[in-house]
Amino acid sequence: MHDGALFRRICILGVAAWLLVFALAPNAGLLVVSFLTRHPEDFVAPGLTLEAYGRLMDPTFAAIFWESVRLAALATLVCLLAGYPFAYGIARASRRWRPWLLLLVVVPFWTNSLIRTYAVILILKSRGVLSNLLEALGLTSGPVSLLYTDTAMFIGFTYTLLPFMVLPLFAAIEKLDRNLLDAARDLGAGSLRAFWNVTLPLTMPGILAGSMLVFLPALGMFYIPELLGGGKSMLLGNFIKNQMLLARDWPLGAAASTVLTVALAVMIVLWRLATLRARQDEDDDILTEGAP
Amino acid sequence: MADQDCIIELRGVSKRFDDMLALDGIDLGIRNGEFLTLLGPSGCGKTTILRILSGFEAPTSGEVAIAGRRVNDVPPERRQVNTVFQNYALFPHMTVEANVGFGLRMQGTGRAEAARRVADVLRTVHMDGFAKRRPGRLSGGQQQRVAIARAVVNNPLVLLLDEPFSALDAKLRKAMQLEIKHLQRQLGITFVFVTHDQQEAFAMSDRVVVMNEGRIEQVGTPQEIYENPANLTVARFVGDINILDATIAEKVNGVRYRAVVEGSSMPVETRRDFAPGDEVKVLLRPEDLRVWRAVDDRPEGPFLTGRIEETVYKGATVDIIVRLEGQDGGKTLLAQEYFNEDDQEISYATGETVAVTWVNGWEVVLPDA
Repeated sequence: MHDGALFRRICILGVAAWLLVFALAPNAGLLVVSFLTRHPEDFVAPGLTLEAYGRLMDPTFAAIFWESVRLAALATLVCLLAGYPFAYGIARASRRWRPWLLLLVVVPFWTNSLIRTYAVILILKSRGVLSNLLEALGLTSGPVSLLYTDTAMFIGFTYTLLPFMVLPLFAAIEKLDRNLLDAARDLGAGSLRAFWNVTLPLTMPGILAGSMLVFLPALGMFYIPELLGGGKSMLLGNFIKNQMLLARDWPLGAAASTVLTVALAVMIVLWRLATLRARQDEDDDILTEGAP
Repeated sequence: MADQDCIIELRGVSKRFDDMLALDGIDLGIRNGEFLTLLGPSGCGKTTILRILSGFEAPTSGEVAIAGRRVNDVPPERRQVNTVFQNYALFPHMTVEANVGFGLRMQGTGRAEAARRVADVLRTVHMDGFAKRRPGRLSGGQQQRVAIARAVVNNPLVLLLDEPFSALDAKLRKAMQLEIKHLQRQLGITFVFVTHDQQEAFAMSDRVVVMNEGRIEQVGTPQEIYENPANLTVARFVGDINILDATIAEKVNGVRYRAVVEGSSMPVETRRDFAPGDEVKVLLRPEDLRVWRAVDDRPEGPFLTGRIEETVYKGATVDIIVRLEGQDGGKTLLAQEYFNEDDQEISYATGETVAVTWVNGWEVVLPDA
């Protein structure tokens, strides 16, 4: 066999094996468990049932699900609103500065995100960095604590996930031809309308990609609501974790996990369809080309 | 330059980028309805003038007026001026129709009227039938047409075109040149065109502005500029030219002088005033030179003597390179002759001695700079 072909096969096989063992098998296991019966000692007992899914029909779970989606969506929105000007600034910075600014975006990845979340606690807690600063500036009369509030949770989500929003946005904005903005202004669009009509639609792929990269992890991330939100609001991630580790109700945790996975998969498929549709539209242009 | 019907006036306009002077005291009036070309090598400031007219750059000093109103501080979106950009800058996410209608939409033109005007202008540029396409699916020439339609649909006072043909191949470029020229006549809109291509400038323009290093060297019709360049820079930039060294020997009368041109005494004519002993340059276009077989077909009157160095067959014409006799090896001249059906005999042997003359009065005499 040809050497290159052999190498390629080994590589593909390696990746396939990795995905099989570490992604597909656990998920398949989870799927199976979600259909089994709960057992106090062995975690699960044989006997196929939809009982776990039945229990998910509970309004409490629906509330948890929607609360999670709401928070993740809000976190995505906050990341987008904060990330867009940020990415725009980097993309429009001089070539000399750009690599350094990008480096600053990536630097936090060098530290484990759990550790960084503890750092956020130090900032937000009563008599923490923020509290002391506000007091020193005379903006507050006593110590304040943002910890264990929804605000803290948003700060945590935004801080952790912002780079995932900034990087695809940066790529999209940097690619944008500045002549197009000149053209828009030349045709009578003020800066705001040029942004709305040209910049925004042309950077939409970056917006969608960034939003996916923020929204999906935000749904499943359990330690931020727990550490910064004080575990007061039950989210999907915490719910699953609690069922698995505290309540020892594996089928229910697995079922919740499966529902989440399916929801994410549906979103990814929708996103793919949207991008394919956009491409399809252009192909249609050729077919519907009017007779000259 | 205080024409009454000037649609655009530049008065003492200078532009400085950091420590580089891009424009140095430009005075220029652009007449209503004319096709004016800014011609010059890259970096001469022609694009800077265009960007000052469109409002993307502000002059460092001086004044810009459009239709009699000072516009130095008016942003691009509030100028009644539109641009055809070098790479068209069509919006890739919009159809041809939406691209062309963009300006009207920004002005708040009514939907029905906008649709009518878009359809009209697309017909004018022969792009009706492509209205629903996206720019990515158009050829270069078609994109060019859409870019022009997108600009002229707004009825601008002035249309600015920034090297609009640079992305087209030679054949398409020629066709588009004619098309744009006709379009300009048809619409009656003032066109300000920027190019570094002299032939393009001459083929399209009513007037040409020759620029170099941030200054205007000459303004005139293509013919004036070609036949009567104001200085050596212009002469060298527009077309091939022979530049001969000469010394004025005597003033014969009025515009007639006798000068020693490359060692031979020749009559020259010029409206400029020279005194005997002045060093001058005598400029001659290749097509104005006549080459004679010195031996058998010597011309009447004075002539320059040289030897054939090379002849280059060009199809309709033949280029003849002649090395003049002289102490320092002699200067080479380029002469261009048309084939004459009756006289196939314009082939010369290399090294053959020839006489070179020109039609009296066709020479341009400039002071030696």
